[in-house]
Amino acid sequence: MGSRQPLAVPLLDPVNSSPGVWHAMVAVLRRDLRLSVRQKQDLLNPLLFFVMVVALFPLGVSPESSFLGEAGAGILWVGALLATMLSLDHLFRFDFEDGTLEQIALQPQPLFLLVLSKILAHWLVTGLPLVILTPLLGLMLYLDGNSVAVLCLTLLIGTPVLSLIGSVGAALTVGLRAGGVLLSLLVIPLYIPVLIFGTGTVMAAGSGADVSGHLALMAAMLVLALVLAPLAAAAALKISLSAS
Amino acid sequence: MWQFFHKLGSPKWFYGIAGRFMPWLLGAGLLLSLCGIVWGLLFAPQDYLQGNSYRIIFIHVPTAFLAQSVYMMIAVAGVITLVWKMKVADVFVRSVAPVGVVLTLLALFTGAVWGKPTWGAYWVWDARLTSMLILLFLYLGIIGLGYAYSDEKTAARSVAVLAIVGVVNIPIIKYSVDWWNTLHQPATFRITEKPTMPAEMWVPLLLVVLGTYLLFGWIAFYRMQTEILRRERRTRWVRELVQTGGQSQLKTGGA
Repeated sequence: MGSRQPLAVPLLDPVNSSPGVWHAMVAVLRRDLRLSVRQKQDLLNPLLFFVMVVALFPLGVSPESSFLGEAGAGILWVGALLATMLSLDHLFRFDFEDGTLEQIALQPQPLFLLVLSKILAHWLVTGLPLVILTPLLGLMLYLDGNSVAVLCLTLLIGTPVLSLIGSVGAALTVGLRAGGVLLSLLVIPLYIPVLIFGTGTVMAAGSGADVSGHLALMAAMLVLALVLAPLAAAAALKISLSAS
Repeated sequence: MWQFFHKLGSPKWFYGIAGRFMPWLLGAGLLLSLCGIVWGLLFAPQDYLQGNSYRIIFIHVPTAFLAQSVYMMIAVAGVITLVWKMKVADVFVRSVAPVGVVLTLLALFTGAVWGKPTWGAYWVWDARLTSMLILLFLYLGIIGLGYAYSDEKTAARSVAVLAIVGVVNIPIIKYSVDWWNTLHQPATFRITEKPTMPAEMWVPLLLVVLGTYLLFGWIAFYRMQTEILRRERRTRWVRELVQTGGQSQLKTGGA
């Protein structure tokens, strides 16, 4: 138990010599954003899908302003939900197939924080553009200004929740060849409460009620999903990785 | 206590012990639910508002109760699968999920039948009904995910994660009738309060509920035994059991 001799060759310490957690999260975020920007098709597809689904309702059900004004918020919410769900399969799929995900899981930084970064990148690329596009579509569906504002606010709080919950489903099905259909079966039941509260808020605003309580509930959902979903997604990713 | 817990990890031991419990569960469950149903359907007083149509409560409430409890049991078994990697817990999840689907469908169906005379419609988009529908989807998701993986261990752990995530829906179902102003009547039983029904109504209902739980236990054990036999079909004890025609009493001691 003598005094320790200084080592001639410094040991490679993967924990101490690797960047901090914050650094790693930012690196994952930047990488995912850069990849999305270079794959412009993936960036545009959910948005196009969103616009098309919304366009189907006036054509398929009724172009009357009375119907659209009443159902518009619901249509936009359902469209945003479906567009988010459609893009979920790509969240981990490519990284899983080329082995990047395995490398990310091997990092000394906690996996759930890196997963949180990936989810944030996913939301910035799919959820946020949907919110930005909503005022335009809302006016096309004859929603009044106040409803559009509240709708945008609910989508701004709600779409991150969709991305967060969806990440768990995506992580569970990433190892499956035909995971897409199963993914919707897993994720939609968990999306329904978000949808109910989201459209309920706009309805309440339309009837002139105070919506701060509704918004607080949605924010509570966001906080809950933010805390728990990355943990569940990371656990699911580890299972999927150990299976492959 | 801990020895019992460790023994639970052995499918062979569980197979034996389940076989011992099953006749009792079946007998007591049938007795209680038959008593409750006969009492409820033939002898309990009429409801002053709903007349005789309320009597479907003796089927509706037990199935709805059980549909939710079974999901909670599945989630607890999921935690056990993830933490202690116990095979029997996963066997439970996989054999019981279809039972949960049937129970949820039964609860929805009897609710629809009851809804027609009372609300004037088979289906209402009401909080309790919608959340039961979500529960049905959750069960189907668990079954679907379980079948999607060919590797049993991966399937077990994935299903466990999904089951635990889905638990957020259970309080929503439970309290939907209190939180939202809906058509569905509030909870029938509460632990802290006296039931609002007269005793001649709630005692038979309680009998049916208890009986259904016991019957569920019997079905669960039966299906688990089958699933254990399927999974352990290559082991020696299963072969011996099959060769003797299942007649020989399995030694339940050591495993």
